[in-house]
Amino acid sequence: MGQYSVHKANLKEVLPDNTLNSRVPQVKVKREIKPCPARHLNEIAKYIIFRDEEKCRMCGTCYKICPKGVHVLKPGYKLFATPKSYKCIGFKCENTDNYCIAKCPNGALRLVENPMMEALGDYRWTSDIILATWKMAETGDVLPEDTDYEYETGASGGGYDRLRLKYPDKPLAEVADDEIDISIDLNKRNDGKPKIRIDVPWYGGGMSYGSVSNVTQLSKVRAATAWNTFSCSGEGGYMERFRPYDDHMITQVATGLFGVREETIQRVPVVEFKYAQGAKPGLGGHLLGSKNTLSVSRMREAVQGIPLFSPFPFHSVYSIEDHMKHIDWIKHVNPRVLISTKVSTPTDVDMVAVGSYFAGTHIIHIDGGYGGTGAAPDIAKKNIAMPLEYAIPKVHSFLVAEHARDSVTLIASGGIRSYFDIAKSIALGADGVVIGTAELVALGCVRCGRCESGRGCPRSIATTDPGLTGKMNIEWGTQRLINLFNAWSMGLKDILKRFGMKKISELCGRTDLLSNLDFTNTR
Amino acid sequence: MPEKYHIETTHMPPRLPRIGKYGIIDWREDCARCHNCVKKACIYDKYREESKFIKSLDSIHTIYFECMGCFSCVQNCTKGLLCLTVNPEYKKLGNEYWTPEIFRTTWLQAETGKVPVSGAGYRGKFYGPGFDSMWTDMSEIVRPTRDGIHGREYISTSVDIGRKPSFLTFTGDKMTSSLSSLLSVPLPVIFDMTSPYHTLPVLEPSIIEAARKTGLIAIIDSKKWHLIKNYDEKYLSHIAFHLNPDSHDIPQEILNKTRLVEIPDSDHIERHINAIRNINPDIVIAIRLPLTPKSVDRSIELAGMNVEVIHLVADQKGNELDSKKPRFIKDMIRDIHGRLIKDEKRDEVTIIAGGGIGLPEHLAKAVICGADLVSINLPLLIALECRLCDSCKPGDYCPAELDKNIDIEYGAGRMTNLMGAWHWQLVEVMGAMGMREARRLRGDVGRAMFYEELQNEIYGPIFST
Ligand code: SF4
Ligand code: SF4
Ligand code: SF4
Repeated sequence: MGQYSVHKANLKEVLPDNTLNSRVPQVKVKREIKPCPARHLNEIAKYIIFRDEEKCRMCGTCYKICPKGVHVLKPGYKLFATPKSYKCIGFKCENTDNYCIAKCPNGALRLVENPMMEALGDYRWTSDIILATWKMAETGDVLPEDTDYEYETGASGGGYDRLRLKYPDKPLAEVADDEIDISIDLNKRNDGKPKIRIDVPWYGGGMSYGSVSNVTQLSKVRAATAWNTFSCSGEGGYMERFRPYDDHMITQVATGLFGVREETIQRVPVVEFKYAQGAKPGLGGHLLGSKNTLSVSRMREAVQGIPLFSPFPFHSVYSIEDHMKHIDWIKHVNPRVLISTKVSTPTDVDMVAVGSYFAGTHIIHIDGGYGGTGAAPDIAKKNIAMPLEYAIPKVHSFLVAEHARDSVTLIASGGIRSYFDIAKSIALGADGVVIGTAELVALGCVRCGRCESGRGCPRSIATTDPGLTGKMNIEWGTQRLINLFNAWSMGLKDILKRFGMKKISELCGRTDLLSNLDFTNTR
Repeated sequence: MPEKYHIETTHMPPRLPRIGKYGIIDWREDCARCHNCVKKACIYDKYREESKFIKSLDSIHTIYFECMGCFSCVQNCTKGLLCLTVNPEYKKLGNEYWTPEIFRTTWLQAETGKVPVSGAGYRGKFYGPGFDSMWTDMSEIVRPTRDGIHGREYISTSVDIGRKPSFLTFTGDKMTSSLSSLLSVPLPVIFDMTSPYHTLPVLEPSIIEAARKTGLIAIIDSKKWHLIKNYDEKYLSHIAFHLNPDSHDIPQEILNKTRLVEIPDSDHIERHINAIRNINPDIVIAIRLPLTPKSVDRSIELAGMNVEVIHLVADQKGNELDSKKPRFIKDMIRDIHGRLIKDEKRDEVTIIAGGGIGLPEHLAKAVICGADLVSINLPLLIALECRLCDSCKPGDYCPAELDKNIDIEYGAGRMTNLMGAWHWQLVEVMGAMGMREARRLRGDVGRAMFYEELQNEIYGPIFST
């Protein structure tokens, strides 16, 4: 796609010599969409179909009319299997000719909303958004028209959930599907560093080994490779197993400097300075002792079993000038690297952004408070720092006013749940986003919030416990993410098409294409 | 550097079965009796715990199930028989202000004394009424005070109660200003009287013990004097009597040993103050003022009368009293704080704000809005597993069994743990801002963001055209 994409870049231009010499062959991952059902036996359904075995006469009507394959009669079996309720579209089916509940001549079927929905998800990640994400990760496709998941917004009552995309009645221009380009540039500086373009306006956020399993990490980077974008090592060091994917890795330099080495900095095309993170703004990272297993401690060069703190903030940075020295250090170690500066969202986030632009960063990455897998104090998540939805336009407009906007890439993260959130973030002024939780949800996360405790994630995603990690495999994880990314890029392209836009960059800063339900111009 | 303030916490498990958020409903019919039943695979071993608990019950009045809500067993059961739901007992806790979530987190803190921590980001509402419509700030680049969180430096949470003179006068080398007394508490919190509704035998003694352990002060209704008659000096410096006009039976020598006293607002406030001063010239005197539409003006008036401390008390949900359209306590404090600054009186009077303070974030936010400290009582009650079911008239059934005898050490221990956790959370919030002193946090609204203001400033220009 992009002429400077990582795949096509001249390696000599992108990588330092010593990295070239120690470089391992890079693995290609095919961007192939394949059905990839959930890992669990019983997929959670929004609706449940009950069949009264005593009333059912086995006439087969339901089996024949349901286009979704809810009713299953396995070959050689006399009785129906338990209905595959998760395929059912619920009460929306009432208006069709194939509503099995009405068509069953014996009144044997009953449709109810699954009482479990109340226990799944939360205000931000509603059960509908979780189930919809699972569906997309399974099929690789956008949700079918007849679905009734409320996927566009959650129930938080503010921010993204009060913003709507304002489509024109008719697109301003007819655009063919293959004309639409959603790739973005990560280097807008014209400073002689490589022009790196990623095929989709998102990349994967930093999740360290320790906070998530290596299966999760590898699935993330493999999907990023397939989609010519990036994944990030997080703070816990650079696994040897990442090396075949070096070209799609960002490595993080965070305050604890766990596992940061010159050679890991030299391997990658992008280095991210993590000043703060939205989930615990102003507070350090914290890996609980129980998650610091033998393998984690080795990678972090620390003692097994003791809690690991990354202090807040960098103790070598007291000013923007110090930040500049930091950037110079990295540029010196790897002269062809792009720099990303990840900050949280204080009241003066706009100043921070402009400051780091002048210090020489290529990417300003603002991280709001809704994301994160790691342990964070509840009080910090809820109360500290500005919600992302305010921070994006604040930073964007200040960069514009300072004539810096065209020379820096603005990335937003922390709570991006869907391609709708991506479109809204871009319309608010970002170039693209970083995602994290959405990837985990695609891998089966139910947002139980237990990632930090005991043996870690009961769903084998955010854990380093050997017994639990083994329950997920890399092929499955990779496929689920590739599928999700496909669905998202289709969804985003569809949004652009409705606006009559060919490039995602045309949407950047177009707040006129958004309406906010709290204000009057709902059109 | 002063000695570091530290609250000693010890694990204090609940007396009663926990009311977890989630429960598993088990449709046992049709169970295939699998050899490797998913229940055995629960990584929290909840099913085993449950059956152990049920076996230990002597009467069954609680359905115990404290599931962590991971859906693993639900999704893996061969027959799909399990269903995860939100525990109805949990949903019933409290009311619309004192939400089940407040109970959950308070119980956890009272048990462990630790800061509640979880994974997977923020899951709540974008904003809400009351304290939920403001955020506190953080700063990106180092201020050394951040180190306070990891113990390398000191973040002081102490505040003063009493008047600070604006200037001192000297004649030659001799200071001629008379200094009024001032007392310091290590945390911007004071324990308020419990409502007459909550007449539980162990409450006051536990609260006083917790005040002693934490170095704080508990306001005790002078009517309940009989409960603590035998308390010695060790305790008296942690007690502030609320002197009821109709009960003057606190002996002078006792009043002499306390540092703070509270009297209700009245028309004869100066006379009362003088009467108390005659007994104990060093005592700090607070005026309790219900938060009503009149209290902004009245606070200014009291400050003009050289009152040292005003204790403003809203209703239990933080709302203004006697008003058709009640304002919330945080907005009223901002108002009073602003007016006092305008009248150049702010430093001469201490503002204590009470009512609706249920979480440590409320404490931090109330202080940012202009209170010097807050008063609390319901969190202490909740620490003892109270559910605010509002059925605690004598003789009624208390589901938290607070009518039974509870060991005072235990009760005070739970409250102390809660304050220990609050202290750390205040330090976290202050540390994120790079703030070294709670005294300096007062009224520093520049370190907060308010929903209405962000909407207007950032979204206004974009969306209101
Ligand atoms: S339509 Fe009704 S009776 Fe016929 S197979 Fe389906 S459930 Fe049974
Ligand atoms: S512990 Fe829960 S919230 Fe965390 S990753 Fe696993 S399933 Fe998701
Ligand atoms: S849902 Fe998870 S935590 Fe709850 S009982 Fe089942 S396996 Fe255990």
